[in-house]
Amino acid sequence: MAETALARPGRTTRRVRVVTSAVIVTVVALAVLVVPPLAQLDQQAVDLANKLDPPSLAHPFGTDDVGRDLLLRCVYGLRVSLLVGLVAALTATVIGTAIGALAGASGGWADRIVMRVVDALSSIPHLLLGIFIVAMFRPGVWPVIVSVALTHWISTARIVRSEVLSLRSRPFIDAAVSGGASRTRVIVRHLLPGVLPQAGLAAVLMVPHAMWHESALSFLGLGLPAHQASLGNLVQSARGSLLAGDWWPTLFPGLFLIVPTLALAGLAGAWRDRINPRRKSELML
Amino acid sequence: MLELNRITAGYDRRDPVVREVSLQVTAGEAVGLLGPSGCGKSTLAKVAALLHRPDAGTMTLDGTVIRGWRHRAPRELRTAVGVVFQQPRLSADPRLSLRELIAQPLRSTGRRRDVPARVAELAPLVGLSDELLERRPHAVSDGQLQRACLARALVLRPRLLICDEMTAMLDASTTAALVAVVERYRAESGAALLAVGHDRVLLERWCDRTVRWDERDTESI
Repeated sequence: MAETALARPGRTTRRVRVVTSAVIVTVVALAVLVVPPLAQLDQQAVDLANKLDPPSLAHPFGTDDVGRDLLLRCVYGLRVSLLVGLVAALTATVIGTAIGALAGASGGWADRIVMRVVDALSSIPHLLLGIFIVAMFRPGVWPVIVSVALTHWISTARIVRSEVLSLRSRPFIDAAVSGGASRTRVIVRHLLPGVLPQAGLAAVLMVPHAMWHESALSFLGLGLPAHQASLGNLVQSARGSLLAGDWWPTLFPGLFLIVPTLALAGLAGAWRDRINPRRKSELML
Repeated sequence: MLELNRITAGYDRRDPVVREVSLQVTAGEAVGLLGPSGCGKSTLAKVAALLHRPDAGTMTLDGTVIRGWRHRAPRELRTAVGVVFQQPRLSADPRLSLRELIAQPLRSTGRRRDVPARVAELAPLVGLSDELLERRPHAVSDGQLQRACLARALVLRPRLLICDEMTAMLDASTTAALVAVVERYRAESGAALLAVGHDRVLLERWCDRTVRWDERDTESI
């Protein structure tokens, strides 16, 4: 019992965690959606007289190396990073679900070929593959989205395929076939609805991951153009001042990346425990 | 009507479950197939329902030689055979209401307009109230769900009905009710029946003739 208690946080702890995550995600979503249109402030406004000011009342997060307000930059950066993360995760999920469902539903040699391609792709480090893809385009939002989406559908395809394989052999699929349902109808009406919760969960879990990838690519100078505020770009441009002892341009964008993504992952984890209660007993082992 | 000739089938070619089995069901006839658990009755029933491709042997249905199973079989042939499975829980899509469950074959074959009329006709026949029709499988009993599965098997008016241990999970009164529904449908439509099970008393009373699995090699079925 003692081991179980250690392995699983109590119900209250979990609830606190979920509520905290939900509050953070809501605040972040509001900030990102409401602040830019309401606040008529120019996030690009350069103020060389006040460059690298430490946090103060006028600039709660301080200013960067050309005097731009860091709080505003962080909000705009999070907006871009969230957009990239959401679109990339959704695209990856759609690709992965389609490929996984087709492979699982067709079976036989089609399944074998698709899964070998998936194996081959997953043997390449996906950040490296992502760098290769962005390097082919001019810096911008879309190349980053394409790069993250094309390197992240693989796990979703695996999950969806195995779910489809297990659903495919159920008698209710036999009943549908016997009732005259076409291949497409069996997939769309009976197999896909069964895997959508899993695919949706995979999509939400992927958003934070995709945001980290966007930041990594931007940090390496391959992602978004340098003038565009994204969390990766902010951390990247703060590197120089960090060596001079100015900690705020690195710390705040870093927190803006870590806290919302952890909150999002916390919510997704709670959802996973809801739709997949088996995991609980597995964790207790 | 249905002719299975030296069928060999299973899930591993080196170790088939069904070896060279022959079985005939003539038009309008009710045949009971008796056998112990795990002998391959259900596999043979799936072959006959065009749901499992045999490794060897030939099959004709209504004079047509079958060349493909599952989606490789033409839709008209697949829907000519109605199937009721042993476990209603597993043979019902958990997301559909009983009404939708019964309507699925009509929707699959592009006869959506017939749905209200056919469901209204079949539901009282199998003993399902309007209130039950709106429920989903998790909210009804095995017996109620099996009634819906029988209605689904009958909704396209099949010429052959295959009941694979249809009543194995049910109590005596539900069994009697479902058998009565099948018999009423057969009397009115002249459909043939292949009933698979291990309840000898039931099958002998229900069917015109019964075939025992262990005799099938010696006896010319």
